[in-house]
Amino acid sequence: MVQSLDRLKETASQTAGPYVHIGCTPNYCGIEGVFPADLGASMVDAETRGERIRIVGRVFDGVGTALKDAMVEIWQADAAGLYPSPQEKRGTADPHFTGFGRLPGDMTTGEFVFDTIKPGSVPFKDGRPQAPHVSVWIVARGINLGLHTRMYFGDEAAANEADPVLSRIEHRSRVATLVAPRSDEDGVPTYRFDIVLQGENETIFFDI
Amino acid sequence: MSDGSFYQRDRSRHPPAFSPGYKTSVTRSPQKAPISLDNTISEMTGPVFGHVPIGALDNDLTRNYAHGGDPIGQRIIVHGRVLDEDGRAVPDVLLEFWQANAGGRYRHRKETYLAPLDPNFGGCGRTLTGPDGSYRFRTVKPGAYPWPNGPNDWRPAHIHFSVFGLGFAQRLITQMYFEGDPLIWRCPIVRTIPDRAAIEQLIAPLDMASSVPMDARAYKFDIILRGRRSTLFENRLEGN
Repeated sequence: MVQSLDRLKETASQTAGPYVHIGCTPNYCGIEGVFPADLGASMVDAETRGERIRIVGRVFDGVGTALKDAMVEIWQADAAGLYPSPQEKRGTADPHFTGFGRLPGDMTTGEFVFDTIKPGSVPFKDGRPQAPHVSVWIVARGINLGLHTRMYFGDEAAANEADPVLSRIEHRSRVATLVAPRSDEDGVPTYRFDIVLQGENETIFFDI
Repeated sequence: MSDGSFYQRDRSRHPPAFSPGYKTSVTRSPQKAPISLDNTISEMTGPVFGHVPIGALDNDLTRNYAHGGDPIGQRIIVHGRVLDEDGRAVPDVLLEFWQANAGGRYRHRKETYLAPLDPNFGGCGRTLTGPDGSYRFRTVKPGAYPWPNGPNDWRPAHIHFSVFGLGFAQRLITQMYFEGDPLIWRCPIVRTIPDRAAIEQLIAPLDMASSVPMDARAYKFDIILRGRRSTLFENRLEGN
């Protein structure tokens, strides 16, 4: 026998279930007075630097039905490309930006709406710039392990073309599933990012 | 200080996305393989919540929704530590938990089970881990409840946990079960996990030494998050 590696094993994931809102967005599901506000409901304040944008989308299952019980979290850099995290060693991020958003889909339509700012570019491991992107994590009833994906911006075609992650995806036709088109909705620059869990136009998910 | 990329996830210990015994997974599981992405700074960083005001009752579910009385049920304390795969404490990370009441009823508008709500029980709590990765909260032991999967499926008593860690790659949601519950091994959601040892890691033992006499029993539940490499042998990892 050889020596044991002696490491612990990561706790296994389980589904968040249909009532994830009780723990993660209790005010949204009517449990008021326990926490003053739902965590991640607001990412910006009046002084946040950068271009105000809105990210809107839904999560679809394999028969094209929008999930009405998903929870979506996003994590992104500030307008200068710095993360508001103690692990960020390159500088200090905008103190008026949380970088973290968390929303349940609307219980009737399944739509989620993040009001945030457009992130700056952050470097890849080798120093090349990554195109601006938002990290996205999806949990729901029926999802056993949270799904990681990324949202890129439709109006950053040149940066997306050079992005070190996007550019090594073998099936080029799938890259479009990560790119959200920009439109103007009620005067707000809006990126529509629908997530397809399964089947035709299935969103790319990452094992990060 | 280890601040490199996280150890890769051992997906053989996590439930596969497609696990037809749990019916909802059938249409909510990706069919294509996930694309491997070695951590960049986007995955190695993550939100921390030291600035979030944690209320004095946030970790006491017996009092944080009380409306003039105590919730009905078996009073328990759940405690443990959050460690990484190298056994290091993970301090200052946010844990959130949610559960049904003693009768198995969730406080949620989509819940239709006929067991009654408890007017003094909300079912949510949260806390930050201490310098040694430890956490604790008070609650009542949740009841089992039926769900429309198989015609007669019942969830074992369980508490849901959401854990942040220090990087977005460590993000984890799981469920804690209680020692000795015969429903554990019948449950299609538990059985989405292929590895028996990984299931046993979700079962909290009764911890009489941590019980408070004439008040509450205790269960101990440690949570292990992904470990991370030292940057010692990695080249310009942060890209600066």
